[in-house]
Amino acid sequence: MKNGDVAIDVSGLTVRRGGRRVLHGVTVAVPAGQVVGLLGPSGGGKSTLIRAVVGVQVVESGAVTVLGSPAGSPQLRRRVGYVTQSPSVYADLTVRENVRYFGSLVGADQSAAEEAIALVDLGSHAEVRVQNLSGGQRSRASLAAALVGRPELLVLDEPTVGLDPVLRRDLWALFSRLAAEGRSLLVSSHVMDEATRCDRLLLLRNGRILADTTPDGLLAETGAADAESAFLALIEREVAA
Amino acid sequence: MNPRLAFLTGGRVLRQIKADPRTVGLLVVVPCVLMGLLAWMYHGTPIFDLIGAALLGVFPFVVMFVVTSVATLRERTSGTLERLLTTPLGKADFMIGYAIAFGIAAVVQAVVAAAFAVWVCGLSIAGALWVLILVAVLDAVLGMAFGLLASGFARTEFQAVQFMPALVLPQVLLCGLLVPRDQLPDVLRWLSDVLPLSYAVDAMQRVTTSADVAGDLVSDVLVILAWIVASLLLGSLTLRRRTP
Ligand SMILES: Nc1ncnc2c1ncn2[C@@H]1O[C@H](COP(=O)(O)OP(=O)(O)OP(=O)(O)O)[C@@H](O)[C@H]1O
Ligand SMILES: [Mg+2]
Repeated sequence: MKNGDVAIDVSGLTVRRGGRRVLHGVTVAVPAGQVVGLLGPSGGGKSTLIRAVVGVQVVESGAVTVLGSPAGSPQLRRRVGYVTQSPSVYADLTVRENVRYFGSLVGADQSAAEEAIALVDLGSHAEVRVQNLSGGQRSRASLAAALVGRPELLVLDEPTVGLDPVLRRDLWALFSRLAAEGRSLLVSSHVMDEATRCDRLLLLRNGRILADTTPDGLLAETGAADAESAFLALIEREVAA
Repeated sequence: MNPRLAFLTGGRVLRQIKADPRTVGLLVVVPCVLMGLLAWMYHGTPIFDLIGAALLGVFPFVVMFVVTSVATLRERTSGTLERLLTTPLGKADFMIGYAIAFGIAAVVQAVVAAAFAVWVCGLSIAGALWVLILVAVLDAVLGMAFGLLASGFARTEFQAVQFMPALVLPQVLLCGLLVPRDQLPDVLRWLSDVLPLSYAVDAMQRVTTSADVAGDLVSDVLVILAWIVASLLLGSLTLRRRTP
């Protein structure tokens, strides 16, 4: 990989949506081989930044480089897995049909599909149509459809929303395992507790990066006891300034 | 373009169609019911031979238009299109995939409707049955291409369905089904000379009325093909990888 150990390099990214500027010159680097959390309040621009990284967002200015190529380049399409915020799988197909189809597009075979289904713990529901799944099961099916191609970079928009604590723990353990295999992950969430599961944290608020740090660094810097109060402290500090 | 990915996508769309037995049933049964109704209405007159054939050209067009515009809109609103466009699947592969799946659906529909029209309702065809089916498939692909184009301009399912009367009904009115095309007022006749459904219906009527129509039929088919290519190209412009 070029660019040393940087998976995503964003510089001066400005995005306008619905007539308003929602990202204001964001500059940030996501290191490779780590789980990087993208946290921040609702409407802060997490999904917009993620869409820019996978190359589906019209941007006003700035550059986004992913695995050494401009975001959205054809050569990245096999190497980047993307999970949208609301589950994007076909409701009228079964979990297995969905995962096999998305897998086949990136050259993954059927055993890879079974593996991906098992990774998100949907083995017992592989033959169920997505429309008959619960919300959390649906988002796991959507995740499996991104895992199946074993991409080098996974860009996940709130993959743990609506899941119970046990599943959340399992998924974050899975993310760490994938990172240990050398893959890079950018995972958004608005649950501040999940900050502690990440190797690094990006806090995004009102279209600006508020902090780019590690979980320990965040606590040390703010003197807070947990991620949530650390985040609140950072916001208060910014508002006061 | 990658034919393998187009075929995989066609297979996926077919599985979705198969998962919905009621839609399959409607797709196959409705044309037969309407055909039977017409045969009954015009019982004992020669009109059925003309209108029945024309209708065989109109069904696949209308049905595929509606199905495709709704299906594509669903891909857009559910986020699956956004996801697909981050994979190696190209826009052309996506559209060809849909064309393959709906083309196959059209073959089934055309075979059943034509067989019903000929054997049950007594529609007489002078030409070959396979030509009739070929034209029906082209009509279906044309309807699909139009539907894809229309869905690019629709934000909601309600709008998508409204494009049916807006884009399809005028063609049905002007295609020669109600008033023979050469009896239309000049301006309307010019319009009907441009619209693709006119050629689809002409082609169908040629197959049923005469056994030796090779030349005219080929020119009808060429016009339909030109419209398919043009609307697929325009439709592909509405599939944007990057959205605001
Ligand atoms: N399709 C859209 N058209 C216009 N504006 C949009 C669109 N989607 C989002 N926005 C605006 O962009 C801003 C950032 O939205 P974004 O979806 O990136 O936030 P987010 O951090 O992902 O929020 P959440 O945690 O609720 O998912 C918001 O102010 C929102 O109103
Ligand atoms: Mg979001």
